Amino acid sequence: MSGIAAAAPAVHAHHDDRSFIRKYIFSTDHKIIGIQFLFVSLFFLFLGGLLAMQIRWQLGYPGRPMPGGGILPETMAPGGVILPEYYIQLVTMHGTFMVFFAIMPLLVGVFANYLIPLKIGAHDMAFPRINMWSFWSAFAGGLVMFASLFVPEGAARAGWTMYAPLSARHDLSGAGVGQELWSISIVLLGLSSILGSLNYITTIINNRTPGMTWFRLPLSVWALFITAILGLLALPVLSGAAIMLLFEQILGTHFFDPAAGGQVLLWQHLFWFFGHPEVYILILPGMGMVSDIVANGSRKPIFGYHSMVFALVGIGFLGWIVWGHHMFMSGMNPTLGSTFMVTTMVIAVPSAIKVFNWMGTMWRGNLRFHVPMLNAIGFVAMFVIGGLSGVFMAATPVDMPIHDTYFIVAHIHYVLFGGSLFALFGAITFWYPNMFGRMMNERWGKIHFWLTLLFFNLTFFPMHILGMGGHMRRIYDPTQYDFLKPYQPMNTFITLSAFALFASQLIFALNFLLSLKWGKKAPLNPWEDNGLEWTLATPPPHGNWDRPPTVYRGPYEYSAPQVAEDYLPQSRKLPTDREPAAAPVAGH
Amino acid sequence: MRAFGMLAVVVVGLAGLAAAGRSPQAGGSVTGKVRFTGAKPVMAKIDMSDESVCKAKYPATPTEESVVVNPNGTLANVFVYVKAGLPAGYTAAAPAGDVVLDQNGCRYHPHVLGIQTGQKLAIKNSDGILHNIKAVGKANRPFNVSQPTSMTTERVFSAPEVMVPLECNVHGWMHAYLGVLPHGFFAVTGADGSFSIKGLPPGTYTIEAWHEKYGTQVATVTVTAGAKTQDFTFTAR
Amino acid sequence: MSWWLPLQGSTFAPQIDGLFLAILIITGVAFVIVETGLIWFVFKYRGRPGRKGHYTHGNAKAEVVWTAIPAVTVVALGLVSNHYWKEIKGRDSIPADAYPIGIHAKQFEWQVTYPGPDGQLGTADDFTVRNQLHVPVGRNIVVVLTSEDVIHSFWVPVLRLKQDAVPGLTIRAWFQATVPGQYELGCAELCGMGHYRMRARVFVHTAAEYDAWAHQQAQGGAS
Repeated sequence: MSGIAAAAPAVHAHHDDRSFIRKYIFSTDHKIIGIQFLFVSLFFLFLGGLLAMQIRWQLGYPGRPMPGGGILPETMAPGGVILPEYYIQLVTMHGTFMVFFAIMPLLVGVFANYLIPLKIGAHDMAFPRINMWSFWSAFAGGLVMFASLFVPEGAARAGWTMYAPLSARHDLSGAGVGQELWSISIVLLGLSSILGSLNYITTIINNRTPGMTWFRLPLSVWALFITAILGLLALPVLSGAAIMLLFEQILGTHFFDPAAGGQVLLWQHLFWFFGHPEVYILILPGMGMVSDIVANGSRKPIFGYHSMVFALVGIGFLGWIVWGHHMFMSGMNPTLGSTFMVTTMVIAVPSAIKVFNWMGTMWRGNLRFHVPMLNAIGFVAMFVIGGLSGVFMAATPVDMPIHDTYFIVAHIHYVLFGGSLFALFGAITFWYPNMFGRMMNERWGKIHFWLTLLFFNLTFFPMHILGMGGHMRRIYDPTQYDFLKPYQPMNTFITLSAFALFASQLIFALNFLLSLKWGKKAPLNPWEDNGLEWTLATPPPHGNWDRPPTVYRGPYEYSAPQVAEDYLPQSRKLPTDREPAAAPVAGH
Repeated sequence: MRAFGMLAVVVVGLAGLAAAGRSPQAGGSVTGKVRFTGAKPVMAKIDMSDESVCKAKYPATPTEESVVVNPNGTLANVFVYVKAGLPAGYTAAAPAGDVVLDQNGCRYHPHVLGIQTGQKLAIKNSDGILHNIKAVGKANRPFNVSQPTSMTTERVFSAPEVMVPLECNVHGWMHAYLGVLPHGFFAVTGADGSFSIKGLPPGTYTIEAWHEKYGTQVATVTVTAGAKTQDFTFTAR
Repeated sequence: MSWWLPLQGSTFAPQIDGLFLAILIITGVAFVIVETGLIWFVFKYRGRPGRKGHYTHGNAKAEVVWTAIPAVTVVALGLVSNHYWKEIKGRDSIPADAYPIGIHAKQFEWQVTYPGPDGQLGTADDFTVRNQLHVPVGRNIVVVLTSEDVIHSFWVPVLRLKQDAVPGLTIRAWFQATVPGQYELGCAELCGMGHYRMRARVFVHTAAEYDAWAHQQAQGGAS
């Protein structure tokens, strides 16, 4: 830390005389909004995990009373035995909470909000009040979705993908108002995403500090930028579809009813046109943050920065034209099976480029295995498995036997948990000192990483085998099929591993919560990182900077020969640096 | 004074009516038979080879039960009930006991049944394999619930409705019909084709006989203290 | 319990399995390269204080190589896969001589309609059986899929055949079974609370057995 000529960080930016409510509840400060998303989304992550534990109980021990199941009502689990209609609610709500209220807000709601202004040298977002509404509409959506668990006839139950006509017709599903609440909640969440995206895109384009050119942006910001564009264009499609579904449910429209001129497949096209960009929304921010962390942990510039940017842009673009690969067996025109296969195969290439560049970054580095770096390497190792398993389903003839089996479940969890969640564990640990002024415990962070890595693989890798054997998804009792009975010991093994995996997350939860009060006080720039956020106090004050910093170089100048240290922050001025000509955007 | 006397008579009379309503043993009754004329239809066999637990319960292959003609030429599973004639707003308190609908041998027992509003229907799964019960009521809220093992589910119906169809979607031949009434004046014909509705207060009533395939027939019956006979005849088509 | 794919019970099962194996080998090679590379780097380049990393921003040639190889590989995979896709599911893939069987999916059963002695669906001699699919071995069969209520999916693992049944659509899918025996069919699209039990038995008969069964069914006999 010696040798830094930077002035002491701006301790007070704008004079802060806001009330407690304006400061912490209805705040327009992007950092507070990011932290609000963090707490709420971690709750939903925990809730999604609880639902998963019940799913695994039923699959591991079909028809047996669940420990603690007595607290559930008779309509869900009489005597603690999960009913089939409750099981499919569990499956539906696990997916719904995890995708919409855990992973998406954790990656975007937390880190787009928290990092973007800091990393580009801005005081706050372009539209701070719209930013506040973005949080509160997500919160309202979460509340509505949570409430749907407690209404008569229970929650939505047509899978998180909500295919019509099952989702539209209560007489066929046995559901009640819970289905409508799902649609309403999704519309609120869509609003949150759209408002957020407007802010992220505008802020990144307009509010970059002098010297912060496009190709000096950290990859986390690039990734969040592309993600925001995906969100802005995709969420309206989902909201539109959800509103159509709501009309079908309560107004008796016939969009999806073939008997009255509607089309069943319309729902799938609308949902997946949103749904595929959505899965890139769920991975791109993680990829961006992993790039920041791997460069930091390797003490080396990111290998192939420009390629990494083009790969992000490529994934973002191609992500719009692959949606039909979710519909290969749907009965759509088989020619589409060919075209979507081609585009889906092609999208594997930019992801491969990124993996090789991460490896190139580590190559000949001086690796530091701090907890964020461990999780980032874990991300690369697990995401590769998820990505490679995707090649099987991209090949349409092979998709035929594996579609809607546990092979798909394995794939989605390798990319979403092995990918996004490991990235989140790393990112939360990495930016925790900046958010809260304290460090999370290093030793417990490492124990959490290794236990999670172990039990994650024990839980999800065997699912590939189940899928190869033909084990369908979303079935309440596999032992009803003779051909699945032999797999029951494997289902039980997966269940036990899942229990251990869930238990291991309590370590992270405790580390996160207890460190808020008892964590080691964070020094300035604890990771010796180059980002602008670390030139401020931990945590930064409201408004971030008195005067915006000036940027002289790219974000990954680690082990640069010009200085003795193995890092060189973007805003540190060396005698050889020239001032940038002007702010990137006039009027900043 | 006279007005008061008349009022007293009316009050006592009403009380007497109400008392009669509450104790069905007293009062008049309507009995009869539901006959069937014409060619007895041949009912299709039900192939339960897919559900060994149920198939094992039948020594001979069971048949569809939408038309059950008894050996004595009468029609079973006819729901006979008082459709009109009770004082306006007449309701009887729901009896304390449950009405039991049992799923046994992948069939509903009974196939046609009646229940009072507010009375508990206990749906029992005696087969121990998955049945779902889908109730397609119009006046009553529809429901669709599953019973994966031996268990009993209770439901209550709040609105009069003739009939609420019940079905199992796992075993597509399983159908039952539930008549929900605000009173207890109903009966279902059995193996001898007869019905008996007891405890009716004196008055003129519309009695309806309902059959799932042959529709409904009505008759007007004036009831006094004793038994009145009313037969119905359904014809094959 | 099998650790691999099920018995190959149709003419296109070996083709699909072959493609699966090819992909497994290709992805397996990539997997080994990446994972062993990561582990090797973790050990070889672990940090020592006072040292610096190798200061480089990348290598254009490396980028070209590791872009071109995956690109060529996936294009090749796509071409081979498309060949089989057109054969199995293409618009013109249904063999002209395929014997038709109607399958009407309904919560929660499969109503299988056989064309009867005249070999045509939709005529008076058709008969319907619940939850049993009987086919003769070695003959092209086309299932004509319809749905009564919600989306279901016709899935027979040993045939490797899967096809959604969609309300409002009539979808044809063909296969030729190659191994006599009794197998299972499951529903592979969530269709409600009975989804897990929407199963049927699949009987692949020798030609003689099938004729005998069909004859018996046409007389109205329950099996």
